[in-house]
Amino acid sequence: MRKLSAFNLMALLLGFAFLYLPIVILVIYSFNASSLVAVWGGWSTHWYAELAKDAPLIDAAFISIRLALVSATAATILGTCAAVALTRYGRFHGRSLLGAMIYASLVLPDIITGLSLLLVFVAFSIDRGFWTVAVAHTTLAMCFVAVVVQARLIDFDMELEEAAMDLGATPLRTFVAVTLPLILPAVAAGWLLAFALSLDDLVIASFTTGPGATTLPIRIYSAVRLGVKPEMNAVCSIMVGVVGIAVIAASLLAKFNPARRKRAQF
Amino acid sequence: MLRVEGLSKRFDTVAAVDHLSLDVYQGEFFALLGPSGCGKTTLLRLIAGFERANAGRILLDGIDLAAVPPYRRPVNMMFQNYALFPHLNVEANIAFGLKQEGLSRDEIAQRVADIMALVKLETFGRRRPHELSGGQRQRVALARCLVKRPRVLLLDEPLAALDRKLRDETRFELMALQRRLGLTFVIVTHDQSEAMIVADRIGVMDRGRLVQVASPVEIYERPNCRWVADFVGNVNLFEGRLGDDGTSVESATGRLRVAAKIDAEPGAWVWVAVRPEKVRITHEPPPDLENCVAGTVVDIGYLGDLSIYNLLISDGSRMKAAIANSGHSTERTIRPEEQVWLSFLPEAATALTR
Repeated sequence: MRKLSAFNLMALLLGFAFLYLPIVILVIYSFNASSLVAVWGGWSTHWYAELAKDAPLIDAAFISIRLALVSATAATILGTCAAVALTRYGRFHGRSLLGAMIYASLVLPDIITGLSLLLVFVAFSIDRGFWTVAVAHTTLAMCFVAVVVQARLIDFDMELEEAAMDLGATPLRTFVAVTLPLILPAVAAGWLLAFALSLDDLVIASFTTGPGATTLPIRIYSAVRLGVKPEMNAVCSIMVGVVGIAVIAASLLAKFNPARRKRAQF
Repeated sequence: MLRVEGLSKRFDTVAAVDHLSLDVYQGEFFALLGPSGCGKTTLLRLIAGFERANAGRILLDGIDLAAVPPYRRPVNMMFQNYALFPHLNVEANIAFGLKQEGLSRDEIAQRVADIMALVKLETFGRRRPHELSGGQRQRVALARCLVKRPRVLLLDEPLAALDRKLRDETRFELMALQRRLGLTFVIVTHDQSEAMIVADRIGVMDRGRLVQVASPVEIYERPNCRWVADFVGNVNLFEGRLGDDGTSVESATGRLRVAAKIDAEPGAWVWVAVRPEKVRITHEPPPDLENCVAGTVVDIGYLGDLSIYNLLISDGSRMKAAIANSGHSTERTIRPEEQVWLSFLPEAATALTR
């Protein structure tokens, strides 16, 4: 590998500092003993202990986790189906249009997704609450899942499915016994990604939520509007940890391919 | 047993299989031989059910397979790249097909063990496909099909991925296995020597059509057209008009005679085909000047067991002769640039009318 020049090194450091310095500061200040956010008062886990006593915040955290589990699972199922349909069934009419449309919610501003979903729920007079947010998050995340799974399916060997059918497996059995195990890492990566997305979404959730379904980001946002409490630093640090682990695990899984393992030895 | 009637398959505007009819008999080893892109693999995939025909029928034991999906056809296919399931070990790969039949656990275990012994894979049951050599993977693929006891086993270039020595051995193993199990094999290959060795009958394919279907000997000795003669082995062709007696041909190099009567009108254009190994090279003109051409040696390709002589003959065209290096020849050796006489027996030549 080429050695980094001083300029490149500088650019790299600045870039990463720009990205991660705020998060590092957040995490450090979550261990601040002082009750004033901007004043350093020595190390302490006081605010983490304080968190455990904050019942509404704990409730919001549980709602968020439940929401993330439900919407990630639904998004994974729908996204995988979409990816399979788009890569499997060759050139059907409007294929490329549908393929491009999958990316819509990746690039669409959250505000628009949130607002349009709100309009749908209002138009059909659906009471907003946990399930409306779950539906909204599923909509958002399934596109990410579809993209991740599609990437794996593109280099999937179609002959394996033909071989399974040739050996007497029905199309459904073929999917369950051959296709799914082979794309499982990508599916799992998609699930984790969907989980992380749901956990940290504020905008769409605030559009589509209703009474009794205050998610953690909404709770934090409303708390911070009244002034930043060191407690919030603590809860955000925990979220950074959870989402970070999910994203790292997802990217490791996406790279992992059981079929490719040790292929290099031939 | 397997009958193909007027089968056609078009991809966009190209006909991959074109009004093709074929009969394969019970217990036969049938080879589909043709250059790449001649539609032989498409024909196999049509029989397996992965492609839908545009016209025609495929009958197995008298039953039309058109409405039968691939997973219900009593036909199995061995893929060129084997298509082993990478997430399953050897045993599970072989058992896969039996599990779909809903057999009991004991029966599956028994049949898998039997077939693994047959293809000498007993000790590899727990390995994954990526931990096997090419030859072992080939045998897993074969075992996975055989364990299903198919009515017809389709093999798509089964030996193409193996190196040469292994390929030679595996050919004979494949033949022995087919005889022992009494199964019907249909193999697809572009390698003419492979088809000649393994098959009871060969169907030579070109551009979606079967050009000739016959035994390997028949195909080689009595090809029915110039294309087959040229595709299967090497051949020297002499163009000429058929004489009145029906066995002699007036060509640019003189009068040529063949043993069998030619089925064409006197005066029609025909071709006399002679295999290079049936040509004799002598320094002196042969006593009866029949089927004899004067020529010059251009170059000699030494292959060890054979030498291939490229010659320029009197009418300005090229000719090939293959002479076995038997070692005890008392004749003077032939060198490049030398003037020689080429001759062949009327029995060694075949007349082709198209």
